Amino acid sequence: MGKYILRRLLLLIPTLIGMSLLIFVMVRVMPGDIVDSLTGFDPQYTEAQRAQLRHGFGLDKPMTVQYVEWITQILQGNLGISFRTKEPITQQIVRSMPITLEIAILAICISIVLAIPLGVISAVKQNSATDLLATILGLLGLSFPSFWLATMFLLITSLWFHWTPSLLWVSPFKDPVGNAIQMALPALSMSVGLMASEMRMARSTMLEVLRQDYIRTARAKGLSEWRVVARHALKNAFIPVITVIGLQLGGLMGGSVIVEQIYGLPGMGWTLLQGVNNRDYAVMQVAALLMATIFVCMNLLVDVAYAFFDPRIRYE
Amino acid sequence: MNRTESDIGKDITGLGVRPKLGLGRRLARLARLHPIGAIGASVVIVLVAISICAPLLAPYDPTSQITKRLQQPNAKYLLGTDDLGRDVLSRLIFGSRVSLYVGVISVSIALALGVPIGILTGYLGGQFDNLVMRLVDIMLAFPSLVLAIVFVGVLGPSLQNAMLAIGIVAFPGFARVARGCALSVKQEVYIEAARVVGASNFRILRIHVLRNVTAPLIVLATLSLSGAILTEAGLSFLGLGTQPPDPSWGIMLSTGRTYMEQVPGLAIFPGLAIVVAVLAFNLLGDGLRDALDPRLRR
Repeated sequence: MGKYILRRLLLLIPTLIGMSLLIFVMVRVMPGDIVDSLTGFDPQYTEAQRAQLRHGFGLDKPMTVQYVEWITQILQGNLGISFRTKEPITQQIVRSMPITLEIAILAICISIVLAIPLGVISAVKQNSATDLLATILGLLGLSFPSFWLATMFLLITSLWFHWTPSLLWVSPFKDPVGNAIQMALPALSMSVGLMASEMRMARSTMLEVLRQDYIRTARAKGLSEWRVVARHALKNAFIPVITVIGLQLGGLMGGSVIVEQIYGLPGMGWTLLQGVNNRDYAVMQVAALLMATIFVCMNLLVDVAYAFFDPRIRYE
Repeated sequence: MNRTESDIGKDITGLGVRPKLGLGRRLARLARLHPIGAIGASVVIVLVAISICAPLLAPYDPTSQITKRLQQPNAKYLLGTDDLGRDVLSRLIFGSRVSLYVGVISVSIALALGVPIGILTGYLGGQFDNLVMRLVDIMLAFPSLVLAIVFVGVLGPSLQNAMLAIGIVAFPGFARVARGCALSVKQEVYIEAARVVGASNFRILRIHVLRNVTAPLIVLATLSLSGAILTEAGLSFLGLGTQPPDPSWGIMLSTGRTYMEQVPGLAIFPGLAIVVAVLAFNLLGDGLRDALDPRLRR
């Protein structure tokens, strides 16, 4: 197990290098650079001044040199300086990363807490009214874009409860209650899609598991239906749910960009958009790279989680 | 033998040969076997019809200010008017054009890039396959919306660039599927036979491999359409896709958000339109998967 994790960690290195290369090349190859967008077509800037600006940003060096310098800096924990605000990007990231992580983790937790019981109940009571309701909910949940749900939640709370989200982010360590209130709706709106696919998965696996011989054996030895489901079948419903979480993580990270925008949360997605709107490549490439890194690491966690839930999986 | 009405569509020869049915009957049979897919297909057909006939259906011009702003739904303006006094229903109707257009174009881009690359790498193998698949893996390692945002951010926000970004970001999925199919088809005896009778690589790829990847690709393309519609709405919501004053459901939702406390419909209706379109393509894709996958065929 330890060996497997180590190997996966090592495999992470080429992936991360590839991702950083892709972003770097994309940002450089595309037309126009930061100097053009900073100075616009302002005639006050002479060609010499532009060249000086380029030199200041290190844009006059060959691409390979720029890349190696960028990566070395990142590995040393220095993410560079925003072209636009001149603020160190590391500071922005340290502020925004916890917010995105919190939303993602909360959304995953909420989705599991809701999806597993719903999926299990609808499998145990197959073809009942509850089952039908859960199936319809699942189908609808899959088609609701998280950003629309987020908007609808805001609409409902402001119309009925006259509540609007606070403008500043509250840290969970300073004010746990305030943070919970602030994060509940964004996390909930992102959890719905996740929940729907987890529930569908949990239901179909449970239906399969409940037909297995060992379940019949458990029933035959006189266990109550509750114990059969809770002790013998339930554990098996978790495995495919983990798979689904792995598959949906990308959507979760992408969705958080929009949801953060709606709720005014200055997370990673918000930082990425700031970079895009300011045409600030330095911020853009770092934010995108880190979001992708979070995504890849979470995927790794998902794979490791398999081993805990499924003793049949042996990693060599 | 006298053939009765009920014999049509049944195996009357006893040889496992089914007489050919008319298109209408074949469709009816498919709909009976896959009711969910049929619902999806009907909604998709309605959506396509709406977008084609948009100028006839829309009661007003979608981009011009025609009346008082921010009206609640009423008899004259069925879904109300927006912040600039434009008719919401007309904008929704024309918005379906944008969504379907983006869906079709970006999925076509993904197909045009992914299928040749996937088939070639799967069929030829070797170093080329290795190299291309690593690139595909890296692209798949990104959350797709994040990659699309970076693309649009670099190219500049516009509908064209959004379509391009959605297509490019979706292509690795198509390449993967096409490659997988090509890999398995390559092992078949009939490919060997084709080679023995002297078929060129190109002919084998075109006739045998391409034909076998069609079914899974149709399913993937249909499901990707809903993804593309969703991504376009998301990008437009962020101001990176369709640019005003053009009507797109994503833009309508994001501007409607500002005024939704006065006129809730401004945020509700565009969202519902997105949900219906996405749901329809998802249902159709699921239905097609059941209908086209021979292992599940009844």
